[in-house]
Amino acid sequence: MNKARSNPLNTAAMHGALILYTLIALFPVFVIIINSFKTRRAIFREPLALPDAESFSLIGYQTVMKQGDFFLYFQNSLIVTVVSLAFVLLFGAMAAYALSEYKFKGNTLMGLYLALGIMIPIRIGTVAILEMMVATGLVNTLWALIFVYTAQGLPLAVFILSEFMRQVSDDLKNAGRVDGLSEYTIFFRLVLPLVRPAMATVAVFNMIPIWNDLWFPLILAPAEETKTLTLGSQVFIGQFVTDWNAVLSALSMAILPVLVLYVIFSRQLIRGITSGAVK
Amino acid sequence: MQTRRIRWHIAVFLAPAVLVYTAVMIFPLFNTLRLALFTEVDQNRIYVGLQNFRTLFFDPIWSEQFWNALGNNFWFFLVHMLVQNPIGVALAAILSHPRLRFAALYRSAIFIPTILSFVIVGFAWKLILSPLWGIAPSMLDAVGLKSLFAPWLGKEEYALTTLALVSVWQFVGIPMMLIYAALLSIPEEILEAGEIDGITGASAFWKIKLPLILPSIGIISILTFVGNFNAFDLIYVSQGALAGPDFSTDILGTFMYRTFFGFQLQLGDPHMGSAIAGAMFAIILVGVCIYLFGIQTRMRRYQM
Repeated sequence: MNKARSNPLNTAAMHGALILYTLIALFPVFVIIINSFKTRRAIFREPLALPDAESFSLIGYQTVMKQGDFFLYFQNSLIVTVVSLAFVLLFGAMAAYALSEYKFKGNTLMGLYLALGIMIPIRIGTVAILEMMVATGLVNTLWALIFVYTAQGLPLAVFILSEFMRQVSDDLKNAGRVDGLSEYTIFFRLVLPLVRPAMATVAVFNMIPIWNDLWFPLILAPAEETKTLTLGSQVFIGQFVTDWNAVLSALSMAILPVLVLYVIFSRQLIRGITSGAVK
Repeated sequence: MQTRRIRWHIAVFLAPAVLVYTAVMIFPLFNTLRLALFTEVDQNRIYVGLQNFRTLFFDPIWSEQFWNALGNNFWFFLVHMLVQNPIGVALAAILSHPRLRFAALYRSAIFIPTILSFVIVGFAWKLILSPLWGIAPSMLDAVGLKSLFAPWLGKEEYALTTLALVSVWQFVGIPMMLIYAALLSIPEEILEAGEIDGITGASAFWKIKLPLILPSIGIISILTFVGNFNAFDLIYVSQGALAGPDFSTDILGTFMYRTFFGFQLQLGDPHMGSAIAGAMFAIILVGVCIYLFGIQTRMRRYQM
């Protein structure tokens, strides 16, 4: 029966298409990284060549290390992203469960109210958010960013998670109720593990915009000690725009931590997705 | 069980999300929309009603920029719908093939651009497309197409499309991942039942899988719409707040930013900025209403 699905020609075509797209996806990253290890002259003469003994140089990295505080920026980005994500996933899953599981007065209205935030870019409220953060003294703290990103992530999290939670079988939850489990236990023990793939999806969806956001760090936390990696590298590259070694090195250093994070986190993501597939 | 009690657990489940969301998102949003009805004279806020919107739509100086940004924004969105989402679905369809080797490797690699920040993507492509560095022309030269090269980011007629394609390159991983997850959740029995009826390969995709993943495609479309009409960073990073050349890459996000915070000699005007934000809000509202009431409610759902 499976023979029909594994025609060797088809397989070759599929690998061909995937390899081609993978090359397109990785090429710019590859070019940036190899050139960051070369002398200025080699960058321009042989942009596609790997660095060799003659063209190898760390001059760009030396400039970056001297001029920017990338470790602090990285730490700020990490704190903001992790804390916001934790809030988004926990609060979002709880609200999604309430909306998808229970019939109560105003359920649809509440769902619409929360979904409103998917279509409204939170940036539209920037003036008022800034005013509020100034009034509460949260400007130039990481908490300002955490609050904004939590609010920004929640609507989408609720939306996606409740789509998935509607697909969780009612029999399972009712079996739990017959066994005398509380609603909280049913949620945390029975439903949450089943929507893990959806949680992973939500995590990807939120993690990227939070980590990469330039706007709110610039407006709410531009101080040196609260700069995120994205803002830090933007400012740095803006200052060193004609120093190609420094720019390429700064780009590489901004890529590196994300890649490392991604390697750690993509395993969980893939496990989450595939564990959802065997139900 | 007969008596109807107040179900406190519902409130407990809802409270944290609703509180944070209301305080940090909804309240500032409406506060900003309210600011659009004011203007500042001698450091005093004065209520002017819809005057700011009248200026935005009908004053030649403002309206020309506004319609330009709006048109560019629609083109930006169209490129994403026509290029990004079909590629994403196709990649997911190939990746979800049950016997494909290295699927995890491909999937991880293709998703890498999506995790990079706009700062990295914008500068990296700016360098690669730069005639100064010469990577793009020399690569085209290698396949004999050097004559096709142009400084795309510097030409009015190409710059916006180029940036849209860079954005597609960056974000194709998102539809791919969402569709991939949806495809994997299709039970094997359904596909096997189809095979018994002789539906395999491509026709299995069109006749069985595609209808089952339509809700995911709907979600992706509306996310693309909202994301594009909210876009700002990529254009800001690669073309600056002026969205050059000659405003040809200006979209609503950059237009709002320029108005709101000012640029070069023009002072920032939070009230006109709020008016643009209000217009963006209205456009996005229309799009989402079309999705919610026109598309989503008509889609069939299958409990799998």
